[in-house]
Amino acid sequence: MSDLLRRYGLPLTTLICILVVFWLLVLVILPNLYLFENSFRPYLPVVEMGGPKDVYTLKNYMTFVRSPIHITVFVSTILYSCVVTVICFLIAYPLAYYLAKKVSVRSLPTLFLILTIPLWVSEIMRSFAWFIILSLRGPLNFLLINLDIIERPIRWMTGFRSVIIGLVYTYVLFMLFPVYNAIQSLDTNQIEAAEDLGAPWWRIHWRVVLPHAKPGIASGSVMVFMLSAGSILVPTLLASTNSRWFTEIIQQWMFESLDWNTGSAYAFLLLILCTVFVTVVMKIFRVKLSDIAK
Amino acid sequence: MTQKSDWLFRLYLWLFLAYMLLPLVIMGGAAFNDSRFPSVYPWQGFTWTWFIELWNDARLLNAFRNTIFVAVAVVALSVPIGTAAAILLNSVAGVARTALYGMMVAPILIPGAVIGISTLLFWNTVSVAPGLHLSVLGQVSYISAFVMLLVLARLQSFDRSLEEAALDLGASHAQVVRRILLPHLYPALGAGAAIAFFQSIENFNVTLFTRGPYDTLTVYVFSKVRSGITPTINALAVILIAVTIIAIILVELRRRRAERTSIRTAAVTQT
Repeated sequence: MSDLLRRYGLPLTTLICILVVFWLLVLVILPNLYLFENSFRPYLPVVEMGGPKDVYTLKNYMTFVRSPIHITVFVSTILYSCVVTVICFLIAYPLAYYLAKKVSVRSLPTLFLILTIPLWVSEIMRSFAWFIILSLRGPLNFLLINLDIIERPIRWMTGFRSVIIGLVYTYVLFMLFPVYNAIQSLDTNQIEAAEDLGAPWWRIHWRVVLPHAKPGIASGSVMVFMLSAGSILVPTLLASTNSRWFTEIIQQWMFESLDWNTGSAYAFLLLILCTVFVTVVMKIFRVKLSDIAK
Repeated sequence: MTQKSDWLFRLYLWLFLAYMLLPLVIMGGAAFNDSRFPSVYPWQGFTWTWFIELWNDARLLNAFRNTIFVAVAVVALSVPIGTAAAILLNSVAGVARTALYGMMVAPILIPGAVIGISTLLFWNTVSVAPGLHLSVLGQVSYISAFVMLLVLARLQSFDRSLEEAALDLGASHAQVVRRILLPHLYPALGAGAAIAFFQSIENFNVTLFTRGPYDTLTVYVFSKVRSGITPTINALAVILIAVTIIAIILVELRRRRAERTSIRTAAVTQT
C-alpha cells in the first residue's frame, strides 16, 4: 500500500482503491449477500413486507427438498454437465497436444484465428445452428439417410442428447485453449527422452504429458462445467419436455411465479454447486486458484 | 510414433475445424433459403427476403442500439476497474494478495444467472428499477476480472525501476502514470477493451434477469426463437458472422504485414 502511495501519490492511490472497492463490494459481495439473505425470506405481497410474517425461514429451501422433480432436474444437470465436461476433454486433448507439439509455429496464429471464429459468434446463434441441424427434417438426418446409415429420420431433440451435443459444441473451445497452454509449456525434450528410453506412446501421455497438463485440464473443466450448468440458452433451444435444466426452473420462479425469494434460493443452490465443483477439482488436481484462472 | 500418426492428427484437426465451422455455414445458408422455416434442406430457391424483413424490423434496430450502448458503457467501466485492480494486486503480497486475487477471480466462476439475480435483488432493495443500467453493472462485475487478468499478465513484464528512476529525476506522480505505466499497459488495455466489448455483446444470462423492459440483441433473438422462428434470425447471424470474419481477416493481414516488416528489418540490420 505504501508502495502505491510512493509511486502514484495520494489522489491516484485513492482513485485506485475506490474503483476496486466499488467493484468488489458494490458489484460482487453485497449483491451475493443480498441473494443469500433474500433466499431465507418468505415470498410476500408488498403490503406485508416488513410485517410480522417477514421472518427468516427455510421455507424456500424446503420447497426444493420436498419437490422430487426439482431434485431430479438438479441431479441430472450435475450429471450431464459432468458428461459434457468429460466429452469436451476427450475431444480437446488430442487436438491441444497436436497444436502444442506438432504443428509448425508459423501456421499456429492463423489456425487459432479460425478456431476462435465460433467464439465471436454469440452462444445463441451457435445453439440455434444446432437447432436447425438436429431438426427432424434437417441436414443431419438427410445426410445420414443418403449415406444409408439410418433408414428413417431420428428424432434428435428428445432427452438430453441434443442438449449434450449443443453444450459440447458451444464450450469445447473453453477446454481446448487452457489445455493447449499447459501442454505448450512442456519441454519437448522430455517427450523425446521418454521416446528414446522406449516408452510406448500411451505411457508418454499418461506419465509425462497429462501430469504436466493438469492445471490446464483443471481450468478447462471448471469453465466447461460452470458454463454448462449455468447455461440457459442451449437447454431452452435444444431440450424437450422430458429434459429440463436447473436454470429453467430458476427462470420459472423469477419470471412466471414472480417469486424472487424462492428464485434466489434456487440460484444460491446453483452457486453452491459451482463452488463445490471448483473446490473438488482443485483438490483432485492439486492446483491453486491462480493456476485455474489463467 | 511421430511420422506414422501425423496424418491422423492432421485429419483430426481438419475434422475439428469442420465441426466448428460447418454448423455456422449451415445456419448462414438457411438465411438465403426461400422457406418459412429456417433450414437448408429442402432447398426452395435463393432469396433476399429475410434480410429485407430484418432491415424493416424496428424492434431489432432498437435492440441493436441498446446492445452497443451497454457494450460501450461496460468497456468504459470495466477497463479502469480492471486496471486499478491489477495495479493494486501487484503492490500487495502474501495472504492479502491471495485473498484479494481470490475475490477478484471469483466472479468469472459464478454462473451468469446468479450474477443477474443477485444484481437485480441488491439494486431492487435500494429502489433502483431494473433496466439496461443494471445489465451494465452486472456485466462489469465479471468482465472486470478478465481485464484484470490481462493487465496483471502485462504488469509481469514491467520494469518497476523505470518508475523509480522517473520519480528520482523529479517527475510528478501523474507523469509517471501517463508517460511510463500506461504506455507499457496499452496493448493489454486494448485487448481488455476488445474482450469487454465482445463479452458484453454476447452476454445473455446476466442481461436476461436485469434488463427490465428493454431488449438487447441476444434477448431479442431469444424471444424470437420462443415466439416463432423465421429465417430473419439466420440473416442476422450471417451479418454478425460476416462482420466477425472481416475483422479477423483484417487482424490477420496486419499480423502478416508486421511479421514481414520485422523479417525485413532483421535482414537489414544483419547486412
